[in-house]
Amino acid sequence: MQIDYQTLTLDYVASPDQRAASPVHHPVIIVGAGPVGLSLAIDLAQQGVAVVLLDDDNTLSVGSRAICFAKRTLEIWDRLGCGERMVETGVSWNLGKIFFQEEQVYSFNLLPESGYRRPAFINLQQYYAEGYLLDRARALGNLDIRWKNKVTGLEQRDDGVQLTIETPDGPYELLCDYLVAADGSRSPVRNLMGLESKGRVFRDRFLIADVKMKAEFPTERWFWFDPPFHRHQSVLLHRQPDNVWRIDFQLGWEADPKAEMQPERVIPRVQALLGQDVAFDLEWCSVYTFACLRMEKFRHGRVIFAGDSAHGVSPFGARGANSGVQDAENLAWKLRLVLAGQAPDALLDSYAREREYAADENILNSTRATDFITPKSEVSRTFRDAVLKLSKEHAFARQLVNSGRLSVPATLRGSSLNTPDSEPFAGLMVPGAPAADAPVRRDGAPGWFLATVGDEFTLVTFGEGAVGAVPCGGIPLRVVRVLREGDGRTHAGGETVLEDAAGLLAARYDARPGTTYLLRPDQHVCARWREFDPARVAAALARATARS
Amino acid sequence: MANTLNTAANIAAPDDFYEALIEMHRDLSDEQSRMVNAKLILLLANHIGDLTILREAMTRARQGE
Ligand SMILES: Cc1cc2nc3c(=O)[nH]c(=O)nc-3n(C[C@H](O)[C@H](O)[C@H](O)COP(=O)(O)OP(=O)(O)OC[C@H]3O[C@@H](n4cnc5c(N)ncnc54)[C@H](O)[C@@H]3O)c2cc1C
Repeated sequence: MQIDYQTLTLDYVASPDQRAASPVHHPVIIVGAGPVGLSLAIDLAQQGVAVVLLDDDNTLSVGSRAICFAKRTLEIWDRLGCGERMVETGVSWNLGKIFFQEEQVYSFNLLPESGYRRPAFINLQQYYAEGYLLDRARALGNLDIRWKNKVTGLEQRDDGVQLTIETPDGPYELLCDYLVAADGSRSPVRNLMGLESKGRVFRDRFLIADVKMKAEFPTERWFWFDPPFHRHQSVLLHRQPDNVWRIDFQLGWEADPKAEMQPERVIPRVQALLGQDVAFDLEWCSVYTFACLRMEKFRHGRVIFAGDSAHGVSPFGARGANSGVQDAENLAWKLRLVLAGQAPDALLDSYAREREYAADENILNSTRATDFITPKSEVSRTFRDAVLKLSKEHAFARQLVNSGRLSVPATLRGSSLNTPDSEPFAGLMVPGAPAADAPVRRDGAPGWFLATVGDEFTLVTFGEGAVGAVPCGGIPLRVVRVLREGDGRTHAGGETVLEDAAGLLAARYDARPGTTYLLRPDQHVCARWREFDPARVAAALARATARS
Repeated sequence: MANTLNTAANIAAPDDFYEALIEMHRDLSDEQSRMVNAKLILLLANHIGDLTILREAMTRARQGE
């Protein structure tokens, strides 16, 4: 049966914890079942950590919010066991068109790069993304989701955090070792702690209209600067599943949000954009403003912030949910190792540092796009328009047109968890980089590299060279061996053996026989060498778990 | 010297250049002139390409303002 994730309501079920004589203790509590809280909860539960996930509401994402989910996010969701459904439902587009004033200035074709399991991005309504995450979460026995559980009080002590939670049956209290606040941009947890998220609020308003087309309409992304039907503003059109197109109208700061949302105002605008003969129904309409904000620190003792609570970006470039899901994967394995006593609490500081760095990169990118789309001064508008005029004939100017850059994950170059290279390497797989995918064969069957690494630390070694025991200090370490096409050995002594089907893995990792990479549980490179050396691997592993 | 801005005299026919620069704006409104200047900067910047040199030129251009 088809579930309607848009209208799904989730049942409040009283937990036995609510009747306990004294507050019940849990290792990890997550506040907020948005895309970030759900991803983190699944990751932890899948790694064997019992989680309680609290949400004050009982529905999935309402209305039109995130629609663009990037390759890295899909790869993370693959590891979490729900990427395939996202991609099946999601819409892919390649053709983009840029219009300036009366005319189309150019078009571009983002042909997918071959040799990756996932496309650069898909368009998918946020309620589908959350719905598929939720279905996955519900399949995990150690993940306890409590709807209509609203956090209203918080006390941080040396040994844990105590929460007060409002429910339809009245309030109760819980204790935890670590609290993750994935409670969104208005973050009540942040407010309860007297903390702030600071930055730049853009003096602009945007109208979102979701329209359902009654007939065929091209699956393309159209971006207008200063079109005749909406003077001095920008407009973006792109497609979502179910024949729904999303239109973003820039309104300017002076606009009256209430008036702009009236259908008699919206429909003529949409009609002017689509053409008079295109039939559609207006499905959703809202007005939003945005800001680029960041908390100074993502970690405050035993309370850790992730997703929109920690950072906010403008929607141009789709870095909100995408970066939040990367926060989640960064945090999950660190919490697991710290809770298991396999790594010191200081490992959690690296979460904060790495993701603060990534947030700065995301804010920079979305601020640049915003400044191009919404010039803040006369001269800035002149340059913007000059770029657009030149873009009609000159390729160099097209590079400068910024209607939102593709969301790509940060390479955590300066991270203290990385072991700097001691031998020369070419290419992108530097320590701190999220590992690139490539097609492989495993036991003769076609598959993908990323499906064989992650969850635990993984040593990836190229060629036949022996990999001996590594003194890991109790940290699980998997070994994946990559052989050339046709060398076709299968399983050998606990190693996973892959064939580099197209030679792409060796090319992307600049690998020769002997080359060995150490990947973190979140599939980031943390060290690499030209040959395997147990002592160096052990040292890198200690470093990547903050034990040295 | 590849990575620094050349501020030594480099234009072979300075008067011709200056005349062409002013001529480029003939009969344009102030607004049109601003647009033409912006396009000119973008074309020249692309020709130079090297961001170090471009930044140096921007810094010098701003000096004294
Ligand atoms: C118009 C628009 C377009 C966007 N487009 C994109 C895009 O294309 N790509 C992209 O990546 N991002 C996009 N975003 C951003 C994206 O929607 C957010 O970044 C994302 O939802 C953040 O997820 P989150 O889990 O951190 O927070 P949220 O999704 O806000 O979830 C927070 C959850 O916490 C719960 N909660 C709040 N307070 C409490 C409490 N006291 N107790 C218990 N629970 C609580 C809430 O009910 C909610 O379920 C867009 C946003 C907007 C507005």
